[in-house]
Amino acid sequence: MVQKLDWLDETPSQTAGPYVHIGCIPSFAGLTGIYPEDLGRSPFAEGAEGEVATVTGSVFDGTGWAMRDAMLESWQADAAGRFPGQAGADPKVTGFARFAADADTGEFTLRTIRPGSVLLPDGRWQAPHISLWIVARGINIGLQTRIYFEDADNSADPLLNRIEQRQRVQTLVAKKTAPGQYRFDIRLQGETETVFLDL
Amino acid sequence: MADGPLIPRDRSVHPVPLDPDYKTSVVRAPRLPLLSMDATPAEETGPRFGASLIGPLDNNLILNWTKGAAPAIGERILVHGRIMDQTGRGVPETLVEIWQANAGGRYRHVKDSYMAPLDPNFGGCGRTLTDEAGRYQFLTIRPGAYPWPNRGNDWRPMHIHFSVFGHGFGQRLITQMYFEGDPLIDRCPIVHTIKSRAQIDRLVAPLDMGQARPLDFLAYKFDIVLRGLRQTMFENRPEGM
Repeated sequence: MVQKLDWLDETPSQTAGPYVHIGCIPSFAGLTGIYPEDLGRSPFAEGAEGEVATVTGSVFDGTGWAMRDAMLESWQADAAGRFPGQAGADPKVTGFARFAADADTGEFTLRTIRPGSVLLPDGRWQAPHISLWIVARGINIGLQTRIYFEDADNSADPLLNRIEQRQRVQTLVAKKTAPGQYRFDIRLQGETETVFLDL
Repeated sequence: MADGPLIPRDRSVHPVPLDPDYKTSVVRAPRLPLLSMDATPAEETGPRFGASLIGPLDNNLILNWTKGAAPAIGERILVHGRIMDQTGRGVPETLVEIWQANAGGRYRHVKDSYMAPLDPNFGGCGRTLTDEAGRYQFLTIRPGAYPWPNRGNDWRPMHIHFSVFGHGFGQRLITQMYFEGDPLIDRCPIVHTIKSRAQIDRLVAPLDMGQARPLDFLAYKFDIVLRGLRQTMFENRPEGM
């Protein structure tokens, strides 16, 4: 017998289900007033450094249907590439947002500060990106992905450069539709399936 | 903030993404492999929430919907446990959110049309921060089972949904707690998206008479393990070394 490793197993995930909003965005479910406000309504406060960017999109299932019950969370650095809590980070950027696909249209909107490039411990720079985490009925473990920006230099990004099929890189790049406006659609399955991550 | 790189997720403990018995997963599971890379600062940092977020009744679902004016109807229970990482260390001051149906299996959600009535004194959500040892507790009523449109006659076991943050965004987890002895657990296709019996058992909270309060409430214990952190042995080395 060898020695025993003492790592515990992570608790298994389960789907967030169709009523995830009750716990996470109560006012969306009709539980207005139980908390003073929903958590993560905005990832920044007025006066934060940097450019405001608005990203809209939908989460499409394998049939092309825009899901009406998805919940998304985002996490990102400030305009200088520093995460909240790191030395020198902009105190007006909380970095975290929580938002839902609209119950009628399936469209979500994230209004945020455009993040700066982020340094990796090995000295490489990551292009500006926003981490996304997607849960919903039918999704058994939350899906991780990233939003990159079409009008940034993404050529040296270590994560994008790991994608073997180069045409798939585009699934992680938000398209600019107007100044400060971007479109980012997520496709769970199919020919243009979004790249999902295991980080 | 995390103090070392996150260890990769062991996906074998988790449910399979696509399981035909849980019909909605068929069109909502990616078909292509996940792209793997070492965790980055985005996964090793995460949102932190302070005690000022939490109201005095936020972890008391029996009273929080009516602001203490009238209690919810149902079996009064304490649900408590510890949030820890894979090394067994408690995760202090992290946000735990729960949501659930009422005693009759009805959710207070605009989309739930099950015929069981709403309880005017029950909302169904709660939240708390873990203490310095990673412990949390909620007072609530035991949720009822409810039917759902999947196969011809599928019923969810009694369950409470849990959402936990940890200290890094890569530790983010949503799961469900089930109750010891519920015969519906073995018939539920959502439970059985997890293919290991031993891992399913880890979602079943035992009755905990040691924490029950006589003439007041029963108790169930539910511990949660989040992804752990490697020690930082070598840093700043070229990739592939």
